[in-house]
Amino acid sequence: MTRKQKKTLRRILFAFALLVIAALLPTIWLPGPIPLLSEARDQNGCGAYALARWPLFLIPYLVIGWDVLWKAVRNIKNGQVFDENFLMSVATIGALVIGEYAEGVAVMLFYQVGELFQSVAVHRSRQSISDLMDIRPDYANVERDGQLVQVDPEEVQVDDIIVIKAGERVPLDGTVLEGASALDTAALTGESLPRDVEAGDEVISGCVNLTGLLHVKVSKPFGQSTVARILDLVENSSEKKAQAEHFITKFARYYTPVVVFAALALAVIPSLVTGQWGIWVPRALNFLVVSCPCALVISIPLSFFGGLGGASKQGILVKGSNYLEALAKAGIVVFDKTGTLTQGAFSVTAVHPEEGMEEGRLLELTALAEQFSTHPISKSIVAAWGGQPDQSRAVDVEEIAGHGVRATVDGHTVLAGNPKLMDRENIQITTSHDHSGTTIHVAVDGKYAGHLVIADRPKEGSAQALRELKEAGVRQTVMLTGDARGAAQAVAEELKLDGFYAQLLPGDKVEKVEALLQGKNPKENLVFVGDGINDAPVLSRADIGVAMGALGSDAAIEAADIVLMDDDLRKLPVAVRIARKTLAIVRQNVVFALGVKFLVLALSVPGYANMWMAVFADVGVSVIAILNASRMLRAK
Amino acid sequence: MKKTFKMIDLDCANCAAKMENAIKGLDGVNDASVSFMTQKMTVDADDARFDAIMKEVVKVCRKVEPDCEIVL
Repeated sequence: MTRKQKKTLRRILFAFALLVIAALLPTIWLPGPIPLLSEARDQNGCGAYALARWPLFLIPYLVIGWDVLWKAVRNIKNGQVFDENFLMSVATIGALVIGEYAEGVAVMLFYQVGELFQSVAVHRSRQSISDLMDIRPDYANVERDGQLVQVDPEEVQVDDIIVIKAGERVPLDGTVLEGASALDTAALTGESLPRDVEAGDEVISGCVNLTGLLHVKVSKPFGQSTVARILDLVENSSEKKAQAEHFITKFARYYTPVVVFAALALAVIPSLVTGQWGIWVPRALNFLVVSCPCALVISIPLSFFGGLGGASKQGILVKGSNYLEALAKAGIVVFDKTGTLTQGAFSVTAVHPEEGMEEGRLLELTALAEQFSTHPISKSIVAAWGGQPDQSRAVDVEEIAGHGVRATVDGHTVLAGNPKLMDRENIQITTSHDHSGTTIHVAVDGKYAGHLVIADRPKEGSAQALRELKEAGVRQTVMLTGDARGAAQAVAEELKLDGFYAQLLPGDKVEKVEALLQGKNPKENLVFVGDGINDAPVLSRADIGVAMGALGSDAAIEAADIVLMDDDLRKLPVAVRIARKTLAIVRQNVVFALGVKFLVLALSVPGYANMWMAVFADVGVSVIAILNASRMLRAK
Repeated sequence: MKKTFKMIDLDCANCAAKMENAIKGLDGVNDASVSFMTQKMTVDADDARFDAIMKEVVKVCRKVEPDCEIVL
């Protein structure tokens, strides 16, 4: 609790004590009449004067309500008529005037209790969210004149060397010069497994150094470092408001005046007809208490804020409440293949030797022939072979662009490449396999020897992520790729995607997304997931662009609406679930708050609701809505 | 020019919404956003008159909630 809140609490307790005293105090008899302060009573059969009850209740009322009254007066002066202070003032003064003294004071007291509770609850959630985002480094250790000094990370320049001790936060992005350690990236990625780093590795600001001492050469100034960019993004995320927020503030603008005028009508019209002012005015006062819109207005941004905070705890950065809202309606998810669904690294998935050739021998010959090439496919063959590359065993190596490679390995002429190479060398391909992935044909001494299949493997979590997306209510999953049809089909089938488009040029991807956007249901949204490299146009064209593996990639953070900090696609269904849960809580709060308010309004007209219920409909409901919204902080 | 300001003692969510509307209505303001949760205000306004506009902004905010302070 802050000091202000503690002060309010003391005031509430004091006023409550005064109220109890006022209610329990025996009648005070007066020797004679005093104007306004006395009332005629019957004492043992004789007429006598007693102290009126209202001054006794006025004391606790002023103790607890003076600030509300003061604010009401001040706001009217400023032209803000329908604010809650004014409404509470009118309602409670009204109660006092018609003789409901205890009720009038108690309502004001209850209102203040509710306000205090609300302020504490909001403060708490705000605090826990900012704790989640507490990745800002306080200082950097820089060596100056042989001494290690702590400086503000903003003062450190590129190429400076900083020292990070165990337990400290990495203050700036850079490259490790000396030392080895494990880094805790949980605050950035939500990934609990530490990441090992050693000399030559890049480190990212915001991680915590767990074990060793690191000397790091700074690569970016603080303003451009990962941590500064993330903080910037998170802090600005509340700026982009969701439609639900706009709706509710707009609703509040009309709701309050309408209810106030309804109260006025309820007080005046039936009273004029029936003449029973004493019945209708208290009922109308209930209306005034219920007309405060705060429960509605507060609970919605709080739910979204909680959703954004809960997501960032999982390493999912959402750039605004509006994107969270849009993600909850995700119907179609479009994936880029390489680097998103697949590892983006090639590996040999099959070795098919012809008659008279062995699997290991085929792989060895091909690997030795390919050992000089830097092409990822060649590297994957060498990796699959697993042997030590030996440059002396391969001579006369000739790379034939667009075809493959020719070399003499251990005295044998080896040709390895695509069907065009085989054609060129007049070698008959004696296999009819149609493989998913890239096929490398191999000929030894002018005779077809077999082929290797090389494919990009799906990532470990891809299948699970897609399954979970379906469970979370995504209707359609589509893959876009520049790869050949066969390779794309294999991945699509393995991951059980609903559709795929292969052999696309980068520009075609935008067109495909446009076409999918045209064909979708207007109530659902299209999500595009890419690795943020080369797909900025698609990211921005989709309803929601999601970039993954963005740690350290500025372009991706820039272009996407939602950023998955690590490479794990399984974070996407988590994000969808968080979005859906946020929206569910928003809906619950709106329905609950409006429901209770309208119920109390309806019950007030025939006189079934008293002012206690009306105060509950105001502050009680907002406290419950806040507690409901704070569930988002623990969302998974 | 777009600038973000911190706000102290912004106590009510409805007031934040009212302030936002009032600021948006000011001459020279392109866009504005008041966030009750982060206690921050973002104002996008004409470069040349930014300081003068901010004075207006402070004035309208004070009208809505006199206790709230904008850290300029």
